[in-house]
Amino acid sequence: MAEFKFINGNEAVAYGVKLARAGVVAAYPITPQTKIVEKLSELIADRELEAEFVKVESEHSAMAACLGAASVGARAFTASSSQGLAYMFEMLSYTAGSRFPVVMAIVNRAMAPPWNIWCDHQDSISCRDTGWIQYYVESAQEALDTVVQAFRVSEHPEVMTPAMVCLDAFVLSHTEEPVAIPSQDAVDAFLPPYNPPYRMDVENPMTFSAGAFPDSYMEFKYGQHLAFQVVPRVMREVEDDWERKVGRSYGGPLEAYRCEDAEVALVTVGTATGTARLVVDSLRESGRKAGLIKLRLFRPFPVEELRETARSLKAIGVLDRNLSFGFEGAVFSEVKAALYGLPARPLAAGFVAGLGGRDINVEQVEQMYDRLESASRTGLMEREVEFIGLKGVAV
Amino acid sequence: MSGVISVRPKDLPFDESVVGHLGCSGCGAFVAVRLALKILGDQTMLAIPACCVLATTCFYPQVPLKVPTLMTAFPATAATASGIAAGLRHLGKKKEITVVGLAGDGGTADIGIQALSGALDRGDQILYICYDNEAYMNTGVQRSGATPKGARTTTTPGGQRGMWESSPKKDLLSIVAAHGIPYAATSCISFPQDFMQKLAKAAQVEDGPSFIHVLAPCPPGWGYASEKTIELGKLAVEAGVFILREWENGEMKVTRKLRKRKPLAEYLKPQARFRHLTDEEIKAMEEEIARAWETIS
Ligand SMILES: Cc1ncc(C[n+]2csc(CCOP(=O)(O)OP(=O)(O)O)c2C)c(N)n1
Ligand code: SF4
Repeated sequence: MAEFKFINGNEAVAYGVKLARAGVVAAYPITPQTKIVEKLSELIADRELEAEFVKVESEHSAMAACLGAASVGARAFTASSSQGLAYMFEMLSYTAGSRFPVVMAIVNRAMAPPWNIWCDHQDSISCRDTGWIQYYVESAQEALDTVVQAFRVSEHPEVMTPAMVCLDAFVLSHTEEPVAIPSQDAVDAFLPPYNPPYRMDVENPMTFSAGAFPDSYMEFKYGQHLAFQVVPRVMREVEDDWERKVGRSYGGPLEAYRCEDAEVALVTVGTATGTARLVVDSLRESGRKAGLIKLRLFRPFPVEELRETARSLKAIGVLDRNLSFGFEGAVFSEVKAALYGLPARPLAAGFVAGLGGRDINVEQVEQMYDRLESASRTGLMEREVEFIGLKGVAV
Repeated sequence: MSGVISVRPKDLPFDESVVGHLGCSGCGAFVAVRLALKILGDQTMLAIPACCVLATTCFYPQVPLKVPTLMTAFPATAATASGIAAGLRHLGKKKEITVVGLAGDGGTADIGIQALSGALDRGDQILYICYDNEAYMNTGVQRSGATPKGARTTTTPGGQRGMWESSPKKDLLSIVAAHGIPYAATSCISFPQDFMQKLAKAAQVEDGPSFIHVLAPCPPGWGYASEKTIELGKLAVEAGVFILREWENGEMKVTRKLRKRKPLAEYLKPQARFRHLTDEEIKAMEEEIARAWETIS
């Protein structure tokens, strides 16, 4: 039986890690992720989680320790944010290239300078091509559920790829909500102990993260590519099983909300989804055909699922809480690239909003839908990329 | 580690644990690796970062190391070894297995010093071996924190400004000892008995980290003929340049005292990296060595 706790997103992550029975936790504090590290230390100190806590002196070492722990067959977890993630960057490709299924929570925080501890997605989006699966969640409950699921997806023999579970700073990390904590029995039935096909073993010595000359390097990378390609399928299977055992599901790589007969839809990532849901509901009440696409999986990008949902739309918008300078939001680029292969494509608009923790409010989201609807009426998208909520001047 | 490990050469295993590496002939680092693996045995796991030993052993599909090895990033040796140890501890396997971080002087004294300090500070049970060829050899002989004063490297090329290496060699052993770990020592591959004995001791430490800093001459990096590796290692010690010491039970002691130091020139002259030094400069260096010996003994 599930037990309800009134906890924030960070604590939900920690409970997910506990339920997943992680064997090694190596992490370094950074706002707004710190509570995850503190909570896990507590759980380990009180023997609620039988794990080793490596009190590393940096994020670079946190990931190096996870690499080492995973290499001998321990389930490893860490968490970081922003500058910490940037500091760890070198080790990300090591873990991914070595095919160790480490799971890491990222509490999304803006990159300095200007120094800023609030939410945007620049930190993890910048790690797009490090070889990590990236999930984004909307609630503390989804954070807990996704952490447990992430271990199972990553440890799948066809996947063997690490994953980031990303949650918005403060809005999620520090905001309390009732969270159902599944029973340990249910989670044990869902997630078997980690038993990798290869590990560092003195009885069967092997070299890990070896070098490769140009005659074989590409095949290693192609192997990672193939692993990513099965992730959407595995993620759906894993979610189905989670639903059977725990009774909750989030709809796989993306959730299409009120999209059946929609003419326009907005793609959202993270907590902005909640605001967009409200807007869609009120638009629907006044008879407007608006839908919402919540992107849960950013890497691999769920191309098929997006095409399926978006092919009948007249206009699609993307709300990006990140910016590829001089161009547009990164999710917008991905969405357009994914839809390019369709014979007929919706018009597309990118909205950059909420950088550095600026609030994304209902009015702003309504403004986005207005833009999409007017484009769908005229058949013309006036401006492809727009900053929403900008005060107009650059500093 | 179980029992006392004999370090009599005739008792060493005949089998080699590193076979077919791509290192240069006369490479001192591989003497260190070979001897270390003979002492440590097959219940050993290695973490190796970017360095000559990695570059000459890591390439798929011909990996010459016969113990489980995890190649890691240049700054990450100690943290990677800590992670291996933590994983083994969690799985209940740590007791039987020696977890070794093996890195060059650059990977230890420079870019890896933070991770090393972290691991020593935490008291993680790992054995860290730094083989010291006194420069970044893998990338083509650039200076490191362990490059001795006066040496020419590709980033201290002398030139019109006389821009040779200008700072003294970092005292790694003292830095490590300052963490208050159970055991640390310096050694040199030209004194295999000394090296293996210290390694055996380091491997037997059960209550924290241990550290071995071993001087390993490098023919192309230092600029001498490859058959002179052992000879130069000996001269480095006997001229008093590299001091064999041991940190144990909170005390530092010199393990090889010199009744009479060999003339420094005997050590410097065969090496291209010191060829520019004048007799006066060598004399000044000799005086510095004398002072160093006075302060430690
Ligand atoms: C973060 C990072 N910076 C730089 C390098 C390039 N690099 C690889 S090995 C090396 C030098 C290694 O020197 P040392 O540790 O002394 O070992 P040696 O090559 O002398 O055996 C450098 C600079 C790297 N691999 N990673
Ligand atoms: S350059 Fe020096 S350290 Fe590197 S393999 Fe050659 S001899 Fe050994």
